[in-house]
Amino acid sequence: MPNSGSVIKAAFRRHDVQLAGIICVMALVFSTLSRTFLSAGNLVALLENYSVMAIMACGLLVVLISGGIDISFAAVAAVSQYLTAIIIIQLGGNWVLAFVLSAGFGFLLGIVNALLIYFLKALSVIVTISTMTFYFSMLLFVTDGKSLYDLPDWFTADLSLFGIPFPIVVATTALLLTVLLLSRLALGLQIYALGGNPEAAKRVGCNLLGLHCLVYGYSGLVAGFAGLVEAHRVEEVVPGALIGRELDVLAAVVLGGASLLGGTGTVSGTIFGIVLLAILQNGLTLLGVSSYSFGLVTGLVILISVSVTAYAAMRQRKRSAVNAD
Amino acid sequence: MDEPTASLTHEEVAALLATIHELNRQGIATVFVSHRLDEVMTIAERVTVLRDGHNLGTYWVRELDRRRLAELITGHVFESSLKPAFSVKSAPMLEVRGLTREGQYHNIELEVRPGEIVGLIGRLGAGRTELALSLFGMNPPDSGEIWVDGKQVQLRTNQDAIRHKIAYVSEDRLSLGLVMPQTIADNAVVSVLDRLTGPLGLIDETHRTETIKRWIFQELRVKTNNAERPVQQLSGGNQQRVVLAKWLATDPRVLLLDSPTVGVDIGAKAGIFQVVDALAKRGIGILLISDEIEEVLYQSHRILVMRSGAIVGTYDPRRVSEQELREAIYA
Repeated sequence: MPNSGSVIKAAFRRHDVQLAGIICVMALVFSTLSRTFLSAGNLVALLENYSVMAIMACGLLVVLISGGIDISFAAVAAVSQYLTAIIIIQLGGNWVLAFVLSAGFGFLLGIVNALLIYFLKALSVIVTISTMTFYFSMLLFVTDGKSLYDLPDWFTADLSLFGIPFPIVVATTALLLTVLLLSRLALGLQIYALGGNPEAAKRVGCNLLGLHCLVYGYSGLVAGFAGLVEAHRVEEVVPGALIGRELDVLAAVVLGGASLLGGTGTVSGTIFGIVLLAILQNGLTLLGVSSYSFGLVTGLVILISVSVTAYAAMRQRKRSAVNAD
Repeated sequence: MDEPTASLTHEEVAALLATIHELNRQGIATVFVSHRLDEVMTIAERVTVLRDGHNLGTYWVRELDRRRLAELITGHVFESSLKPAFSVKSAPMLEVRGLTREGQYHNIELEVRPGEIVGLIGRLGAGRTELALSLFGMNPPDSGEIWVDGKQVQLRTNQDAIRHKIAYVSEDRLSLGLVMPQTIADNAVVSVLDRLTGPLGLIDETHRTETIKRWIFQELRVKTNNAERPVQQLSGGNQQRVVLAKWLATDPRVLLLDSPTVGVDIGAKAGIFQVVDALAKRGIGILLISDEIEEVLYQSHRILVMRSGAIVGTYDPRRVSEQELREAIYA
């Protein structure tokens, strides 16, 4: 019979509970060291700053669960953002059109990744690094690296829903959409199965081509969202603005418990991963530590969380080898 | 070597045993700790049996047979009895006519009637698994016909086979059957997702719970109190029950069982065959593929021997000895 003690112990072993604990401790430390840290202004700014990252993380999470990886999402976001911006500057339009266009471009670029990975049986990391380089270089080549500043007024105007800033609304929507996909739809279960054991997934009749298109297409689609939100926040479209975010997003998702080996990961874990990274970077800024340390922190976080996951998997394997029957 | 084969696949086990033989030739002595009868019978010269912390003695393997060893290990006497003659004369559930795939098998003729268990035995490489994969749509034949329930079918992908109510429990549950990080429940329902979902593709929770209750707890009696636990925490025998549950949930008419008891201990084996018998009584046609002569002899109504890609003989278990079967297989 489980008593309350063992229930609490079991809860402490859960990844997201551990993360929540670390977040609380860090928040406590930073709030004693810096008076502004826990102010409402800082927290809302923090959420808004990291909303673009949260949106992109949704796509990457789904790809990681399926057993692949997508490095190209920031480049996809940049391309979708730029194409959409050109169209709405030239022809006008509204938010619905902007979203449909940007998500549509993102989806198509994601499908290109999916088809290459599926039909060439190539490693997703190699394919998406190549497409990242290609998409981004193409963008710079064609546009000559020119930024777009003359975005329509309706696009750059402040926007909020029930007082919640627009980027946070979009991020929340993307997170909810991902929860729906992963834990309420049959497709979600198939994505986990694909990542956990592709051959078993194939044998029970999963459509592997369809699933590849779904996960990489979804990653591209939400990257399209992210590109729009970024352009709205900074009120301009700079081709290179989003490039370089890949590692931060990857750090957050892996920190949140998604395995690079596929088959595991949750939206709640990803949220905690982003919050942890956000607090860490924001706290360091408020303490006056150079922003050059961000990369240091990100790298260290990936290293530590990958080591912890690998170590846990190693112990799990040892245990199951002893108790095989 | 302490349980060296616990997490290995079928082929890896064979490779390991070959390595041990080689070491043996070089004069290295091996203590091989295992609960798997086949491996012990293959690799060992002498065997010491431990049960509940007691030493039950050391025996020469050549003086033991598997049944005697199983009795020593478990303390139970295993009654193996042959199946009664199969007398149902209904039309075949599965019928194969002149099936050929170059380089793998040729001119295969077989039929499985509803409720019949047909054993298919042959050496590794005899073409058994290749044939089974063809019957499951994953290895299209070059020529020949496959009939299911009186209708000729074209099986180009395994999705076709599943649609025609053919289920295939593959020879290696670790690498081909289960999604290890997932829960028992998710592993069990992944084959029937299309039936559990509403118009928007949303999973119907009550339907899901019912499916799990029926197949995991009632029909297969998997030893767990919580189906939301990772499947990797189960023992080999119970994992195999989950694989069976997954395929039975699809409500198959033909069940292809490819070496269903590899790596399952002797007590759990009997349990799995009880399930198989119950399925046959319900009218499912079962093709049982196995490496073990004893298994096909005691668990099937009819035995087909496959050698170098052809079926070389059909035997009635009540009129053939183990020795005769061995000769047919290894001739």
